[in-house]
Amino acid sequence: MLATPHRPRLAVWKFASCDGCQLSILDLEDELLALAGRIEIANFREASSAVLDGPYDLSLVEGSITTREDAKRIREVRAQSKVLVTIGACATAGGIQALRNFANIDEFRRAVYARPEYIETLATSTPIADHVPVDHELRGCPISKSQLLEMVGAFLQERAPNTPNESVCIECKRRGNVCVLVARGTPCLGPVTQAGCGAICPAFSRGCYGCFGPQGSPNVASMLTELHRLGMTAPEVRRVFRTFNAGAPAFRTASEFAVEATDAKEGAP
Amino acid sequence: MTERTIAVDYLARVEGEGALTVRIQDQRVEDVKLRIFEPPRFFEAFLRGRSYLEAPDITARICGICPVAYQMSSCHAMEHALEMRVDGMIRELRRLLYCGEWIESHTLHVYLLHLPDFLGLPDAVRLAKDHPEAVRRGLALKKAGNHLMQVLGGREIHPINVRVGGFYRCPTVDELGALRPELETALGLAEETVRFVAKLPLPDVAEDYEFVSLRHEHEYPLNEGEIVSSRGLRIPVTDYESAFEEVQVPHSTALHSVRKGGGSYLVGPLARYALNHDRLGPRARAAAKEAGISDVVRNPAQSVVVRAVEVVYACEEALRILDAYERPAEPFVPPPETRTARVGMAATEAPRGTLYHRYRLDPGGLIAEAKIVAPTSQNQRRIEDDLRHVVERSLAMDEPALTDACERAIRHHDPCISCSTHFLRLTVERS
Repeated sequence: MLATPHRPRLAVWKFASCDGCQLSILDLEDELLALAGRIEIANFREASSAVLDGPYDLSLVEGSITTREDAKRIREVRAQSKVLVTIGACATAGGIQALRNFANIDEFRRAVYARPEYIETLATSTPIADHVPVDHELRGCPISKSQLLEMVGAFLQERAPNTPNESVCIECKRRGNVCVLVARGTPCLGPVTQAGCGAICPAFSRGCYGCFGPQGSPNVASMLTELHRLGMTAPEVRRVFRTFNAGAPAFRTASEFAVEATDAKEGAP
Repeated sequence: MTERTIAVDYLARVEGEGALTVRIQDQRVEDVKLRIFEPPRFFEAFLRGRSYLEAPDITARICGICPVAYQMSSCHAMEHALEMRVDGMIRELRRLLYCGEWIESHTLHVYLLHLPDFLGLPDAVRLAKDHPEAVRRGLALKKAGNHLMQVLGGREIHPINVRVGGFYRCPTVDELGALRPELETALGLAEETVRFVAKLPLPDVAEDYEFVSLRHEHEYPLNEGEIVSSRGLRIPVTDYESAFEEVQVPHSTALHSVRKGGGSYLVGPLARYALNHDRLGPRARAAAKEAGISDVVRNPAQSVVVRAVEVVYACEEALRILDAYERPAEPFVPPPETRTARVGMAATEAPRGTLYHRYRLDPGGLIAEAKIVAPTSQNQRRIEDDLRHVVERSLAMDEPALTDACERAIRHHDPCISCSTHFLRLTVERS
């Protein structure tokens, strides 16, 4: 009889997040069972009540760090993981909850809770890479299922995953989309946003809203000029960069630049 | 005097992070605490200062399992604030998108999260070894829901095609028509699912729930209706906050919602079905009849059957909409200029139950205040009541068996902890 080959052990971890990126694993309806044949699902709380102890060969980490305990927990996860891959905008950039980084957290607490003293949280939401070394990241809010499969496949084949950091514009050209920015004057973050989604928004007559975060070499200054030319006000430009990847450095810089432009116009200090 | 403590540190097969503590003293249940330790994300705080047009995309991120529910409740609330009416095919397309989410979310729960409990297995992968045809059926059904969301919404998680007033782009008749064979197959799979789960060995219990859901004049409720309860409440959605309130409890992490002057209540499939079974389509009604469930189901374990019946309904409703579809001339109703401060509220039926949103807008159309009440925060107190009863019935059990029984009791209600904790984390209560 043939010995059962060693299957690498997979763990899936959740930090501050909406669960959508780990749901992408369960959304692999055609591949899930085959995948489970190649990789042992050792620790995936959302999907299984059977949890095996570490160490793990591959850890997928969803969510951002927003509490002291989570800052400690991610170090424990790293210590038990041979390869650690962050999945989604929360894990790679801090997520929508990183909007607190631009605000006063005590005021946020008071705004939402009658008893703010019960609420324990950090003043910032930060990506996993700010806390531990990360071997690879999958962008997106949510991640792309095909990039997830490519990453897991590459891991099993011991090669580097092919997840290019080119812009959404490239995907639009490939898909044959008409450029919504040039043809219709619709504000679109495609030129500065990393590919991976398949250029869905422009295919639905909508400008890209940047949910995959900044591409490899984004020309943010030129993007800002274009958005203003299309009639967006400085607060609108600031908001457009302050969504799911607000904490990504290039988008944060763009949003801060937009604020300075507004302040200058209004004569603020 | 003997004291036992049952502690589950991390609930499995629920969305989000939760834990449970039960304290038993001298054969009496002293305390039940469903703790939610999902970190707070402060949606209601950072929505302030955002344009009303941004609410659907931002609130979708509260939950990756039911983003359409958040998109729908926020769109309807904004349209209420702006006194807009969205009718005709755009309204039908919204219903269709919601059907996709119901199929996907319910099927995920029935097959991947709930079913393993009834068969004594830890997850669907192990389940696939003993019941490969069941798991394949579940995955195919779930895929049909996801595919519908992809075609109409752009993608299944956090769809990009929803906006205040309607959609960015309406599908062509051919694009939607191409979904028909898959949805017809799905309808058959959903009916098989009802037959399959009706045969499961379910525990025989009954809880005295106050059911709360939307009720619509002639539809099974998704996007619209009055708020009704099994104890005679009947109010427009605009009066929601006069009947229900959120209280912050020091022991748990999410806000609890209660009936003002009353106690816990239940939203979700059991409530919708009890209050609206006469509005189901013919195939769903026939499936419920064949499964032998009564018009009011008080057994939380039987929610697995009711969820499956609702999937039959979502499939037949989707097919009805497909067959009558004509592409609207414009994909959305343009919102009017905003010049005055406004308030809008709406409730829609997320897979897990009624989802209420209220927004106050400033004269420039920026959000000044947001309030979001998720289904699981409404059910949390009721789930604790269920747990108390489970423990009372099972005091003779040893620790692992009792723990298991408690975890199952929680999973009956498909709690989504990411939703219910849109914001909150509690520090440990000290006594």
